[in-house]
Amino acid sequence: MGKITGAQMIIKCLKEEGVEVIFGYPGGKVIPLYDALFDSDIRHILVRHEQGAAHAADGYARVTGKTGVCIATSGPGATNLVTGIANAHMDSIPMVAITGQVGTAQIGTDAFQEADITGIAAPITKHNYLIKDVKDLPRVIKEAFIIASTGRPGPVLIDIPVDITTDLIDENFKADISLPGYKPTIKGNLKQVKQAAKKIAESKKPVIFAGGGVISSGASDILRKFVKVAKIPVITSLLGMGSYPENNELSLSMAGMHGTKYANLAFTEADLIIAVGVRFDDRVTGKLSEFAPGADVIHMDIDPAEIGKNVKVLIPVVGDAKIVLTDLKSEYEKYIEKKGIPNREQWLSRIKKLKEDYPLKYDRNSNKVKPAYVVEKIYELTKGDAIICTEVGQNQMWAAQYYKFTKPRTLVSSGGLGTMGFGLPAAIGAKIGRPDKTVIDIAGDGSIQMVSQELSTAVTNKINIKIMLLNNGYLGMVRQWQQIFFKGRYSHTCIYNCVDFVKLVEAYGGVGLRVKKKEEVENAIKKALEIDNLVLVDFWIDREENVYPMVAPGSPISEMLESEMLEGV
Amino acid sequence: MNHIISVLVENKAGVLAKISGLFSRRGFNIESLAVGPTDDEKISRITLAVNAEEHSIEQIIKQLYKLINVIKIQELDPSNIVERELVLIKVGADSKTRPEILEIVSVFRANIVDVAKKTIMIEITGNSSKVKALEDLLRPFGILELVRTGKIACSRGSKS
Repeated sequence: MGKITGAQMIIKCLKEEGVEVIFGYPGGKVIPLYDALFDSDIRHILVRHEQGAAHAADGYARVTGKTGVCIATSGPGATNLVTGIANAHMDSIPMVAITGQVGTAQIGTDAFQEADITGIAAPITKHNYLIKDVKDLPRVIKEAFIIASTGRPGPVLIDIPVDITTDLIDENFKADISLPGYKPTIKGNLKQVKQAAKKIAESKKPVIFAGGGVISSGASDILRKFVKVAKIPVITSLLGMGSYPENNELSLSMAGMHGTKYANLAFTEADLIIAVGVRFDDRVTGKLSEFAPGADVIHMDIDPAEIGKNVKVLIPVVGDAKIVLTDLKSEYEKYIEKKGIPNREQWLSRIKKLKEDYPLKYDRNSNKVKPAYVVEKIYELTKGDAIICTEVGQNQMWAAQYYKFTKPRTLVSSGGLGTMGFGLPAAIGAKIGRPDKTVIDIAGDGSIQMVSQELSTAVTNKINIKIMLLNNGYLGMVRQWQQIFFKGRYSHTCIYNCVDFVKLVEAYGGVGLRVKKKEEVENAIKKALEIDNLVLVDFWIDREENVYPMVAPGSPISEMLESEMLEGV
Repeated sequence: MNHIISVLVENKAGVLAKISGLFSRRGFNIESLAVGPTDDEKISRITLAVNAEEHSIEQIIKQLYKLINVIKIQELDPSNIVERELVLIKVGADSKTRPEILEIVSVFRANIVDVAKKTIMIEITGNSSKVKALEDLLRPFGILELVRTGKIACSRGSKS
């Protein structure tokens, strides 16, 4: 039997897991691993900062459903991954992060570029490993992919000391996985599902609340089928967008702090919330004690710890969203076949009225470049068929509000952690995962400057993403809060005219376009979509435009602030 | 409300750190913690005494279950368990006070494990209230050191 190095074994195991692409950055303790990678046909994307590698792996995972893989060296390489890993953890994204580590004999000696990354990453990973024996590699890598991609997905970190990667091992060495404590519940308890079906049929004013779990379990189809039968309005979380088509009359879009007013009011008036794959984040619920005061909650989630964590639950169902919804649909059909179809005309017409009374609005007659107008145009010109990545802040909320998401895995956005600088590297990962799709990063000038070096990654690798930069020269979301809650004292949020973005993107070899007038918006987007290169469109938007509606922190979601300017329109 | 949680975990490096880390980052307090291998050397048992509300305890258990190395968790019913803690107490003692201390020790069925010129070391095993009572009685003599193992507990009868 031939011997191979630990590094070669790692590559072999990654191949066996079906890994096609790795995002990474070499360094001292991963030189042997990169040497083995050099002979492999796995594609490697060299980023410019390890955080970009983690976000790109995350974006790749979100659009493909596969597990994203990133590599960094020990010490600073590993700590640079931390934000990206935490981001994936908060949004339940399957990821395997491999970090180099100092040699086993040096561990604990404060050696050069040593960091206790398994200790640092413990709270932000689903699980992590420090390899101490080359023979553990095949088992651990197999386990890592299982843990990352099953149950509630999440990131798994494998820390590998450099000597392990040069140790020799039989090339056919195999070891059985051993996960005695890991048994995610996939099939929901049928008794609970039956109770849920009955409760739904008996409710007068139900709403479905669909989250990221619907998308990650591939339950969007069955959700649509269930809604078709049950005719229940659908609200989504930010991460749930695309699980149900927003252009359907039963869609109420996103709820919460910057959600639609009609979604928030529907929650407030509902008598039943059917929650699937959501965790009732504070950005959705607002003041928890006044959230959906009249509603019972059916909560279906794969993670039992989410059930009852934030809101009181009447009927819990632990299981995979796709399987639970399939069972729920058939139980619901059986129930209404016996007892008749519930009449909810009144509720449905109330929902229709709410949508008519409280549409999203901005000043359409303004001559300025309104961000909402830009996003609407992007939607129109991509026919709603693009993958939209966002940065974090106002740009993210405008994208969520004004792009109509109709398919799962088309919105790539940092929900739980709210990571500025996520969008550009995530778009790179998304485009690699779905080269057939137009991939757009709706960006802000603050966020993108946190990762602008990744423009180089994109251009060098011919990853032709389109960046629609909503440039207001502010850290806009914070500025908005300062305006509304801090008497307009713009403490350190003005970054006006600090860089020429067109020149910046040109310096990296991409194409830059600038839009200062409303009438130029449409043509610029068209042009950006046509050019066979990375394109950044620098939209000089109305600088002090705010995101409305808005729930003030600590307020119930039924109380929304609206643009004063538009009052009476 | 006091709760005793018994957790079976894989006997691997770093598992205890993962458990104690979970408690601190979720804002739960551990009152005492005892850990040791079970009859199966691959599995360790961690006994945690926790003071928390009912809702928090439920969250603690659910969050613990999410740790991959956790195999099984039991919340023990305080009315149906044998609970023990071993405590070593070093008290000051001279020829005058020694007889009195020995008497207390014998009433509690504790053991003297070391006698020196000016000190006595006492070993006591029992539940919290017994330990507390002895501690109170010994305090006037001057407790120099007190070392406890943390609670361990086992449910009564055939239920495991």
